[in-house]
Amino acid sequence: MSTFIAVLFWFSTAVIILGLAYKIRQYWVTPAPLKIPTTPAPTTKTGVVLRMAREVVVFESLFKSNLWIWIFGWMFHVSLFLVLARHLRYFQEQPWFLVNIVQPFGKYAAFGMVIGLLGLLARRIFVDRVRYISSPSDYLMLIMLIVIGVSGMVMSFIQHTDIIAVKEFFLAWMGFSIAELPDSLPLIIHLVMVAVLLFIFPFSKLLHAPGVFFSPTRNQVDNPREQRHLSDWAAKLESDKPQG
Amino acid sequence: MADFETPEVREHIHIPKLQPGVMESSGPFIAKPDHQEPLGFPGELVDNWEQKAIDAMGEAVKKYRGLAVFMDSCVKCGACTDKCHYYLGSTDPKNMPVARQDLFRSVYRKYHTPAGKFLSKLGLEWLIGAKSMTKEVLDDWHNYYHQCSECRRCSVYCPYGIDTAEVTMAARDVMAQVGQGQKYSNEIIGKVYKIGNNLGLPEPALADTLEGLEEDIEDETGVKVELPLDRKGVDILLVTPSADFFAEPHVDGLMGYAKVFHEAGVTWTLSSKASEAANFGLFIGNYENMRKISLRIREAALELGVKRIVFGECGHAWRVAYSFLNTLAGPFDFLDQNYPIPQHICEFTHDLIQQDKLKFDPSENDWMTLTFHDSCNVARASRMGDEPGGQFRIPREIIKTVCNNYVDMAPETIGEGTYCCGGGGGLLTDDLMSVRVKGALPRMTALTNVVQDEGVTHMAAICAICKSQFTKVLPYYNLGMDMVVSVHQLVSNALILTGQETDEEDEEQTAEAATE
Repeated sequence: MSTFIAVLFWFSTAVIILGLAYKIRQYWVTPAPLKIPTTPAPTTKTGVVLRMAREVVVFESLFKSNLWIWIFGWMFHVSLFLVLARHLRYFQEQPWFLVNIVQPFGKYAAFGMVIGLLGLLARRIFVDRVRYISSPSDYLMLIMLIVIGVSGMVMSFIQHTDIIAVKEFFLAWMGFSIAELPDSLPLIIHLVMVAVLLFIFPFSKLLHAPGVFFSPTRNQVDNPREQRHLSDWAAKLESDKPQG
Repeated sequence: MADFETPEVREHIHIPKLQPGVMESSGPFIAKPDHQEPLGFPGELVDNWEQKAIDAMGEAVKKYRGLAVFMDSCVKCGACTDKCHYYLGSTDPKNMPVARQDLFRSVYRKYHTPAGKFLSKLGLEWLIGAKSMTKEVLDDWHNYYHQCSECRRCSVYCPYGIDTAEVTMAARDVMAQVGQGQKYSNEIIGKVYKIGNNLGLPEPALADTLEGLEEDIEDETGVKVELPLDRKGVDILLVTPSADFFAEPHVDGLMGYAKVFHEAGVTWTLSSKASEAANFGLFIGNYENMRKISLRIREAALELGVKRIVFGECGHAWRVAYSFLNTLAGPFDFLDQNYPIPQHICEFTHDLIQQDKLKFDPSENDWMTLTFHDSCNVARASRMGDEPGGQFRIPREIIKTVCNNYVDMAPETIGEGTYCCGGGGGLLTDDLMSVRVKGALPRMTALTNVVQDEGVTHMAAICAICKSQFTKVLPYYNLGMDMVVSVHQLVSNALILTGQETDEEDEEQTAEAATE
């Protein structure tokens, strides 16, 4: 089982790294030929950085849009951030100071994460408009995240696992060797689901994470009159232009 | 009146229950070969159109980063589902922004993503909502991508800024490329190429119209205000929507611009070559056509030797002018760099007001109580002035300078959250009347509220499409078609021209003439 998990994680980690690198490169090299920021938009680069920061940290547009989705969505994402920060201790011999600080918060953030996810799932099932636009994969993804959260909580609060052994496994895993994992069903479920999540990341809507930074309606400076904006493929059309 | 029901105006804008399929056959007329070919599109649906459409989708995603990001990023959170005026007015779920995008995204996923390709082989594409390109899908595209006015309201509320307008444009462009364009927009673009404007108004008719307007102004004010055409060596080229030449209330706005230019003491001209500000190339999502239409303005400015370009009241035209003109037809290094290139007529008038160069008698507008409709393209796709949000502030400041009675509509229905008039984006055609009337519901609700609660009598707008659309749909909502006015019509009413006769003088003169 330990071998299986280790190989699975090497594989899915490679997939998410290469997949994300490929997608980010695609977003990077694909031109945005026209200035399309949703206005009113910042007129400076600093303004754009602040707009993006508000979007990523407090979900500004979503807040304007729908308070329920914002509450559940923001609760989930902030909790996930804390939980992930807490998990860094499995990958560091001596966890950073901040990783130590975050431990108690990350532990209880699991509740925020699962409650947020359940809220989102409930909306998907009970709001007719959201139900209409949902595919099976939209439900599966929420369920998978809930299983990851709940299995983690089981290990934290009910059926403790030998986390020292888990840490040794991942420290060895990072050095491309295999150590023994504790024999624990919640742990196996947890890890397999995480590996699957890593694997599907670059092929699914989870791409919203890098995507938001490349969204031209949010990351463009509103200065089209001051600065001429011309993409490479559009520049090729320039030859027939009447000259002044 | 027509074969559809006007939706009921409630006290508040109401989120309706879904009624799948109610707008299924409400699409526009398909372009004929005569409308397609001058734009460089095949005359009719080509052989093997499915594959060609799939290929064109792949090309579009390579050319537009926005589209690439938007295809991947939607998490189906539902934030946009109640934001589209066409959904609110029609109840058809495919008019929810995300569902409209998904008509394109589901096909894109199947043919252009690893997940879609792999799951299709297993027959499991339904897992991720991927679909094949079929005639039914094309019909849905044709119907529902022509029930979007590209107003960008959804993009304000999307956590990733996904702009359905971009998807609509891409889908329309793909359809046109495989031979299924929209008659209304493509026919109009053909007229622009052939004659110079959307209405097909030739140069002699235009000259005649302008002469008539000069006479009207002189009759009314006693001052000779010129509306020059193709005059070389003047300061300003005015590019305005051709509806301004004769449609009501547009034409009153045009007379307002002329009076403002006259009072400002600048020389100006219209151009018969660029006798149209509108650029339907935006609506059909085709860069090349949008660019070709824009280049007319560059050519006209060069030929006439002007120093500045000013745009009249037109929403999408201002988007193309403000956001794209520099890209499409720039650089404008031959123009005077001390002024914005291009400049909006409202910016022009507002500057003069700031400098105290115009004299007004706002009581001329006292018989009206005004509200202002923020046009979608001005609100969410452009700016006026130096500060973000100038597009909301500047027109309101003009109105408040020339009118004593002004009230805003509900805050969530104006500014960046403004509701489209229902006729934008290439939908201003009689074959889409049911879509237009239904799509106007949120705006009509907000307007009805200020009419009833605040005694509003008129709604000002700065967009030729908004003005025409409202004139047509207001009666469906038991409001007067003449409620809609141009902002520069209000300016014109209140502006006192140098040497203008007052009403009393006017009467004296008439009396004198009678005794002679």
